[in-house]
Amino acid sequence: MPLILDEAAIGEAVASLVGEIRAVALRGRIAIVGVRSRGDEVAERVSAALKEQEIDHDYGVLDISLYRDDLSHLAENPKLQSSDIPFQVDGAHIVLVDDVLFTGRTIRAALDALTDYGRPARIQLAVLVDRGHREIPIQPDFSGVSLETARMDHVIVQLKKTDGGDAVELVSKQ
Amino acid sequence: MARKDFLDIASLSREEVDLLLDQATPFKELFTRSVKKVPALKGKSVLMLFYEPSTRTLSSFEVAAKRLSADVIDLDVPHSSVAKGETVKDTVDTLQAMRADYIVVRHKMSGLPQAIARQTRASVINAGDGAHAHPTQALLDAFTLREVFPDLSGRKVLIAGDILHSRVARSTSSLLLKLGVEVGFLGPGSLIPRSGPEGIRKFTDFDEALRWNPDTVYLLRVQMERQDAQYFPGVQEYHRVYGVTRERLDRIQGEGIYIMHPGPVNRGVELCHEVMDYERSLINQQVENGIAARMAVLYSLKPQTDLEDADPGKI
Repeated sequence: MPLILDEAAIGEAVASLVGEIRAVALRGRIAIVGVRSRGDEVAERVSAALKEQEIDHDYGVLDISLYRDDLSHLAENPKLQSSDIPFQVDGAHIVLVDDVLFTGRTIRAALDALTDYGRPARIQLAVLVDRGHREIPIQPDFSGVSLETARMDHVIVQLKKTDGGDAVELVSKQ
Repeated sequence: MARKDFLDIASLSREEVDLLLDQATPFKELFTRSVKKVPALKGKSVLMLFYEPSTRTLSSFEVAAKRLSADVIDLDVPHSSVAKGETVKDTVDTLQAMRADYIVVRHKMSGLPQAIARQTRASVINAGDGAHAHPTQALLDAFTLREVFPDLSGRKVLIAGDILHSRVARSTSSLLLKLGVEVGFLGPGSLIPRSGPEGIRKFTDFDEALRWNPDTVYLLRVQMERQDAQYFPGVQEYHRVYGVTRERLDRIQGEGIYIMHPGPVNRGVELCHEVMDYERSLINQQVENGIAARMAVLYSLKPQTDLEDADPGKI
């Protein structure tokens, strides 16, 4: 499988996200919210980096399974996991974090899920990889890497905690 | 898990049981939000088909379905005594018009939910059929126990009452055995099944059963409306012999034993009044967990109602 990003490149992509989010966090308190699965692991790394720089912030995890728009088309529903939003969403400045931005549908679901917890003052979007091919008008505020891909390509993100190692691979469908 | 129907415990694999129990937790967590509803079943309809009167199970399913954003249709079916063949036909005709995606059935006839499930593309959930099964009750019971004992294997649960006629006893004991729990039955000898799954301890004396050291005592509801006089002692006699009296509560409290009951409780029959305030009574948790467990079941089933390929006999 062609490797697009190795561990070092992923580290750089995360560092560039951290730099951009840091600039925002210095202007006012933010909350980092990772989208399960793998978005939470990216969010965890961003959060750890901010903590190292002693930038105080809130942190949460969101499972969007119940908000997906394709549940009746799936042969089996995704395994539901816990969401954990341990801060007041009303009035919060939230940076939503995911691993890959593709059609935008996951983020649409995440926005619905998040607003069921309250009315944030602002929501921004940070993604590790933007691979294009949006189906709805959603764009990232911060992205680590942008990839040129074909619509049918598979972008496979692997992260240490979830998958045992860091790698981004691209599988082309002929 | 990609099954259409939820009819009994026996046909569930251990993996399916674990998945359902695991998924009940995130559903329960939704109840602490101010918005308790999620859109997972938006646009789907859930038909309540209760041929036997029930307030608790019916409203528990209704709340579960509504919190998943489904439309709920409560079909006011008369207390039906028609023969089995007619019932199924009547039912299916009605459902054809209703276009339900999920059908929740309760009937006094064992096997009726299975019969309906075979004739419809909708997902059928058994909410209690005769003395056969009450699988969502079993699920909420196991979920409630697991909140107290994260590892259920080797725990001991004593189920007390009219075991023979109880679908709760049947389904709950069957699920607990699957999870590695040791199960004991306590009741009048005439109301304890002679056959049944292996490995169940049988007791006719409450104090002897307590010497078995159960972690939880699960009291079955005395079915006042179904009481067969020849089997049953009087209410006071029942309380004295098989109920949690004040004296037994002291002992239960001393040993830190939990108490469960499917509700509604007949105070002074299965339980003395003081049990309602007992700190290790799980009865109220059971009610709340019932909604979460039923949401997990509704979420995991896959109705076939969207399929275009037509077998015209099916809806």
